[in-house]
Amino acid sequence: MCGIVGLYLKNEALYPELGKLFQPMLIEMTSRGPDSAGVALYRDPVGDGETKFSLAHDSRRHDWQALADELAGALGARTRIEQRDTHAILVTDAEEETVKRWLSGRDDGTRLIGSGRSIEIYKETGLPKDVYERFDLAKAAGRHMIGHTRMATESAVTSAGSHPFATGADLCLVHNGSLSNHNRLREELKRKGVTFGSQNDSEVAAAYLTWKLRNGVSLKRAMEDALDDLDGFFTFCVGTADGFAVVRDPIACKHAVLAETDDWVAMATEFRAIASLPGADTARIWEPRPATVYSWGDEGMDIETVDHLPATVVPASARAAAGGLH
Amino acid sequence: MNASPNASSRQLTQTLDLGEIGLRDVNRRLRELAPGSNETAWTITNPMGQHAIACGLDSALSVDIAGHVGFYCAGMNQEAEVTVHGHAGVGVAENMMSGTVRVKGNASQSAGATGHGGLLVIEGDASSRCGISMKGIDIVVGGSVGHMSGFMAQLGHLVICGDAGEALGDSIYEARLYVRGKVESLGADCIEKEMTPDHLHTLTDLLTRAGMDADPADFRRYGSARTLYHFDIDNASAY
Repeated sequence: MCGIVGLYLKNEALYPELGKLFQPMLIEMTSRGPDSAGVALYRDPVGDGETKFSLAHDSRRHDWQALADELAGALGARTRIEQRDTHAILVTDAEEETVKRWLSGRDDGTRLIGSGRSIEIYKETGLPKDVYERFDLAKAAGRHMIGHTRMATESAVTSAGSHPFATGADLCLVHNGSLSNHNRLREELKRKGVTFGSQNDSEVAAAYLTWKLRNGVSLKRAMEDALDDLDGFFTFCVGTADGFAVVRDPIACKHAVLAETDDWVAMATEFRAIASLPGADTARIWEPRPATVYSWGDEGMDIETVDHLPATVVPASARAAAGGLH
Repeated sequence: MNASPNASSRQLTQTLDLGEIGLRDVNRRLRELAPGSNETAWTITNPMGQHAIACGLDSALSVDIAGHVGFYCAGMNQEAEVTVHGHAGVGVAENMMSGTVRVKGNASQSAGATGHGGLLVIEGDASSRCGISMKGIDIVVGGSVGHMSGFMAQLGHLVICGDAGEALGDSIYEARLYVRGKVESLGADCIEKEMTPDHLHTLTDLLTRAGMDADPADFRRYGSARTLYHFDIDNASAY
């Protein structure tokens, strides 16, 4: 099961309504995934030289301000942080990879779940309706948003095992389906220096895309390569800074439907998630073809990212072996 | 319940608002009509992509669904004429026995799956596995169909006015497939077959009944080579 939804607004007048339009979409998919829910929201891009981090913790009482102050002191950087329930959005002018290393060196249960210039990821266990309310998402404004409702099959029902999974700067993945070669692929990726936070199969798909992108492959190409390297059933929706992209495995057992009007493009596991959008009655509706990458707001789809990454992220051996996993 | 006569139509059309009375009441209302009832024309409004709308109908009703429907719409239909004014989700007219189901838009996967009889018309495209394991239903698709259409199709006709995706008619039995456009690939044991005057006659009749403006002479016929379903020791590895 699991349900995935994505909404991309073409009409700027609707931007202030994004969170409100998206709410019934996610909630309609509750019957497909009542265990946990999550969204990636793109809004309020940070200034030049700044990075936005989505952080999470098991406790609502985690002292986020102390963490931000400590980070500022340790790295001599400016920080600002805003708590939302179990999550916090940290903005800093410290170098992105340095912050990541600093965070991973701490042992206080803080989880880094996303980073970029505009992405914010919120995900928790519980009914989609409750998760949406906890993070006050109905008030969110922006151009696009993707979300996931989870019925766990491959790993525990935890916040860490919830979707979306970050796959790079302003990138994240939601997955409907199950992968059958995730254990072997996880081991292969670990050997190449990729780290994992759960036993979740979808996290392996996200890590695979991350690793591909770090090795200089464009997002479009990485998604096409996934068709060869990932074994199992999947419909993926990948959120990007400019929009989102959808791909289904070649057998295409996992449902997916796309709908488009002059005002918006939406994707969902089932049309009923889209039915509440204004103008859905007369939208153009079709099922995405198998093994085909669809994208909207795709300015970044063909960009090769290798130049933006410091050598410390991927060991030289992994770069040399880039052709190994294909 | 919430049925209101619509005086403007020639026949009294009753309207059921799914958004107001819910799926179960809509389906119960259509199923509970007394035999011979003259309340035969119905419109369902606000379908909102819900599943199993107008499922299990078993009398000669005319049902118009004003909008897009979810999975298994008009499944198990007998005698009724159901029209979806929009897109149909997975398994439209699944296991249909008789009657007519017409989709004005596109249809998702497994349209007409295991259907025993009746006519399913999809005016737009149908996705993968259209007519999978069909057992006597006739399906006419105005556009194209996706991969694995006509998989293990046993009986009936699948008419495709556009193109067919990969592995058309894989492991097919005695269903007959007619395609006007190109076939991406044929599945195991599916071959092109001769179009006889009898076949042309059947195809012409199906296109007419479906209201498709297509010249039967433009179609090619495909069916079973019958090498897989009679046991043959040379094919042991393929079973």
